Amino acid sequence: MRCNARRPGQRGASLWIFLPLIAFVALAILLASGLGRDPELLPSALAGKPVPDFSLPSLVSERTLSNQDLTGRWQLLNVWATWCPTCHIEHPYLLELAARGVPIVGLNYKDEDPAARDYLAELGNPFTEVIVDKDGQLGLDLGVYGAPETFLINPQGEIVLRQVGDMNERVWQEKFAPVLEKAGQQNAETVP
Amino acid sequence: MMRPHICRRKMVAAEIGHLSLWVALAAALVLAIFPLIGVYRQVIGWQRYARPLAWLQWLALTLAILCLGYSFYINDFSLTYVANHSNSELPLGYRLSAIWGGHEGSLLLWAWMLGGWSALVGLFSRKVPLPMVVRVLSVMGMIAVGFLAFMLFTSNPFDRTLPWFVIDGADLNPLLQDPGLIIHPPMLYMGYVGFSVAFAFAVAGLMAGDLDPAWARWARPWTTVAWCFLTVGIALGSWWAYYELGWGGWWFWDPVENASLMPWLAGTALIHSLAVSEKRNLFRAWTVLLAIVAFSLSLLGTFLVRSGVLTSVHAFANDPSRGAFILVFLVVVAGGALTLFASRAGRLKGEGGFKMLSRESFLLGNNLLLLTATFVVLLGTLFPLLGEALDVKISIRSPYFNAFFVPLALALIVVMVPGMFSNWKRQAGHPLVRRLVWLAPVALVVGFFAARLPGDMPWVGTLAVMLALFLVFAHLDDIVRRALSYNRGLGAGLRKLGRAYYGMVLAHCGLAVLIAGVTVVSFHEVERDVRMAPGDSAEVGGYRFEFDTLSAYKGPNFDARRGHFLVSRDGEAVTEMNPEKRTYRAGGQVMTEAAIDGRLMRDLYVALGEPLGGDAWAVRIYYKPMVRWIWLAALIMALGGALALSDPRYRKKLGGTADAL
Repeated sequence: MRCNARRPGQRGASLWIFLPLIAFVALAILLASGLGRDPELLPSALAGKPVPDFSLPSLVSERTLSNQDLTGRWQLLNVWATWCPTCHIEHPYLLELAARGVPIVGLNYKDEDPAARDYLAELGNPFTEVIVDKDGQLGLDLGVYGAPETFLINPQGEIVLRQVGDMNERVWQEKFAPVLEKAGQQNAETVP
Repeated sequence: MMRPHICRRKMVAAEIGHLSLWVALAAALVLAIFPLIGVYRQVIGWQRYARPLAWLQWLALTLAILCLGYSFYINDFSLTYVANHSNSELPLGYRLSAIWGGHEGSLLLWAWMLGGWSALVGLFSRKVPLPMVVRVLSVMGMIAVGFLAFMLFTSNPFDRTLPWFVIDGADLNPLLQDPGLIIHPPMLYMGYVGFSVAFAFAVAGLMAGDLDPAWARWARPWTTVAWCFLTVGIALGSWWAYYELGWGGWWFWDPVENASLMPWLAGTALIHSLAVSEKRNLFRAWTVLLAIVAFSLSLLGTFLVRSGVLTSVHAFANDPSRGAFILVFLVVVAGGALTLFASRAGRLKGEGGFKMLSRESFLLGNNLLLLTATFVVLLGTLFPLLGEALDVKISIRSPYFNAFFVPLALALIVVMVPGMFSNWKRQAGHPLVRRLVWLAPVALVVGFFAARLPGDMPWVGTLAVMLALFLVFAHLDDIVRRALSYNRGLGAGLRKLGRAYYGMVLAHCGLAVLIAGVTVVSFHEVERDVRMAPGDSAEVGGYRFEFDTLSAYKGPNFDARRGHFLVSRDGEAVTEMNPEKRTYRAGGQVMTEAAIDGRLMRDLYVALGEPLGGDAWAVRIYYKPMVRWIWLAALIMALGGALALSDPRYRKKLGGTADAL
């Protein structure tokens, strides 16, 4: 059997040369949609919705944590893991936020408990509580892309903001602080 | 902390650098348009400007990068970029490497390298017809325009922090304060940017309407150089992750790692396809397409890292407006090239054909496997986006990649060996089978026992070891046969085989080494976390680790505690290891500096976890057999590429006779 060296020279086969372009256009649309739905913004599906129901163990105490623990005050929910290098990077900033009096609940995502405890003992613990999400189910329900991610939760336990990637002063000042300031004008008690 | 005194006059360096960037942009813009018009109007005088313009662009960029380096040197913290990535206590070497420690500076490095490659193309293309050189340089000029505009309009490293000024810088991220990281990005970028040459040749050929048969020979060495750099760059990244991140892993399938792997896979396919195009003037449209794909994937990598579309290890500071710019740029470059391809590729007819059983067929198989692998990585990397678009939530992690990569890599070997044994055009089946028939059982038997040397091995591992050995044996067999075919005895024959041939053999054996290393370390590594106080000891992987003492010392910009471990095996002292825990003074970050004792056959890895009260520490002890083979393999591959490059036939006007890839 004889193979034809290259098909494009033949009639009827010229369609394949458009395939790369078509594939690329599809890819570009996908990427553009990713930009438009910039992951630093909250997917509309979750805005104002309560945190999905959960009942998971705590990393640092004997308690079982649930949605109750995310209500009553403004707080951050920080998704982290020891396998995530960017979490190491943002950790000092979380400590700083905690020192300023911002309550942060950790969500230890797809991790090993001993490693996670080591990590906190080593770097310091900025969290008021740490939810253990070993199989990543809560993370999945929250639409987590990866760690780190940080959600701003209002006193009703609803998601208000989402930050994908590391928390830092810029993000805090530009995104989180304005929301909290506005909330503070209405009800100063629950705002850090 | 005292404010470092900076002479105001010296701060002018940044202005000079900024100005140089504009000069480079102007040069690139003229280069992209003017000489090309000369080609269409057939005005030789205009075409002659292409080379000097490329040189001017490179000189301006060199001046810019020197100015940035100087600003780091004098601690000019009035520059935002310097203030964010350096600190007066940072050692000079890291201060200089901070030039590419962040987004703006790495872009400058990218642009500078692109300028450098353009200048080199101008220099080493004396034998290429002028209109072709002009087209190639123009295409590279267009790419440079995009990058320089991106830098000047969205991410200028020379932006001042004024009116606010900082007393001291924020320090370079401690993770990046490491010798491996000084050379990792430049290597990687040399690879990414290097594919722009093959891309420019491909697009230039499409513009010209037909590809000169010599096209592949001109583009080949550039592609090989780029591939070598990329190989080393990826290996360095993996090596850095292994010893600096402190988890002892060597590959995480992180989006940014994937971003560098995709162009590498496509580039590997391109190298092989270029060989067919050069030798047989076949696969021409296919080769052009691969050249476009390899460079587009390099750009895509940049997009993924900088846009914030995907989050990863490296995405420290990303910004959607920058992402939008790169996306538009990607659409213009890749979309433009692919449109050109769609309209012109039909003219690229292959001359002559080949039989089902021939080297061409096996190389086609190789290309398809490599492209499948590229696609697997692309899909895995972009899946979070795709999942979001389709509202399917699946988390893609290493099991997905392993499920595809293991069979693909093994299938690649199955194609490689007969491909190397086969003739171009047509290969008789009988002799091929005869050569394989004695090799395969030998590899099976030796592999079976070799795989059991380090301990029990599951069948996948055994198969991988067998195939790796099969690959090595096949190459040894091939070397001897080829050497003997000159009928001058083995020694003389070995000397007659070209460097390009030996380069191919080395690169292929690199793959065997890689597979062996990955297999053994995956199945036989031992990882232990133990509680230890000075005086305690632990047994891991047959080695005894004794925690001797704990001490403290001060580094240039950090404070450290250091453990001293004595390692012995069967009562005999093997080595002493000193893992550290560092606290960086500027940012307060705590870093784990693992102690690694590396040997060819095994690595011992000790890292201090955290203090557990009293003198006790949580200590991580790993035993990693043959992990070093992974990086060694990359070096062997790159060395193979370099050896092939040194083959004199690339410097001759006409192709030589060496029958090698």
